[in-house]
Amino acid sequence: MIDFKTYIEFLAVMTGVTYLLRAVPFVLLKKELKSPFWKSFLAYIPYTVLSAMTVPAIFYATESRLSGILALVTAVIASLLGRGLVVVAIVACLTVLGVDFFF
Amino acid sequence: MKFSKGVKDGLPIGVGYFAVSFAFGINAGAALNSWLLATFISMTNLTSAGQFAGLKIMSSATGTLIELAIASFFINLRYSLMAISLSQKVSPSFTTSKRLLLATGITDEIYAVSMAQTEKVNPLYFLGLMTLPYLGWSGGTLTGAVCGQILPDMVVNALGVALYGMFIAIVVPPMKSHRPTLIAVLIAIALSFAFYYAPVLKEVSSGFAIIICAVVASLICAALFPVRDSSETAAEEAAK
Repeated sequence: MIDFKTYIEFLAVMTGVTYLLRAVPFVLLKKELKSPFWKSFLAYIPYTVLSAMTVPAIFYATESRLSGILALVTAVIASLLGRGLVVVAIVACLTVLGVDFFF
Repeated sequence: MKFSKGVKDGLPIGVGYFAVSFAFGINAGAALNSWLLATFISMTNLTSAGQFAGLKIMSSATGTLIELAIASFFINLRYSLMAISLSQKVSPSFTTSKRLLLATGITDEIYAVSMAQTEKVNPLYFLGLMTLPYLGWSGGTLTGAVCGQILPDMVVNALGVALYGMFIAIVVPPMKSHRPTLIAVLIAIALSFAFYYAPVLKEVSSGFAIIICAVVASLICAALFPVRDSSETAAEEAAK
């Protein structure tokens, strides 16, 4: 558990960097980014960040290794079947609840 | 363009944000052991992937401020792109001081709705548009963090994977429809496994590991498969 002073320092850095990334170009830059390479880089970033944060971290996010792995599997299946954000999240939660209850 | 039209256009975004933010609140409330500190992160940041990475670094014993700064920079860099293009879409009444005040509202979804307007976007409309998403995002974290403190451990434990479930729901559809995104994701996951299990690499702290996985995978795919326009990967639909 972090202490309050450390929390404030971390929060200030996170908030500051995120705010400046939005505010500085909004105020100063009037030209579009032209480079297809950097545009592509930024288009891929959300997906690579989210997947690197999810796998294998989800395996260790629950009581047992099994429920974490099965939550990943059921969520991917629900998503492949075209279900939205909330339904996929509920499927993952129910998987964990069911597996950890019975095993 | 009126404030009230903005509020109306922002309603569906606000509802969606509430759900994602509820899941964040469950995790943040548990990690920080405080609903107040958890909610304050959402009130000041308004960015899902960025906040989650930030929370991880903050609550890990080895997390450093420089690591957090670099992670926030790369994860949120896309907002700079949106800010640049939005800056050409807003009316002249959007003065510098108003831009500084409302810049926090630049998220994937609010940006997408603003760009879809036929007229120039004025400050009152934009303020209206960001109001419900902001309340939904802050209120969702508050509700999630409070629920995390009252619900039984087993339920909270299960709800802890909700955020991962949502990340999966964001990443899987473009993996299915756009092969380069599939490759980018697989590279990122392969690297992420290496940082978890390989000797030496597993000593790298989790924040830097995420930065390296995401940047390397994105650089490789940007070089091999340049994206013509970002709607190909539907980046605007991604986590805020």
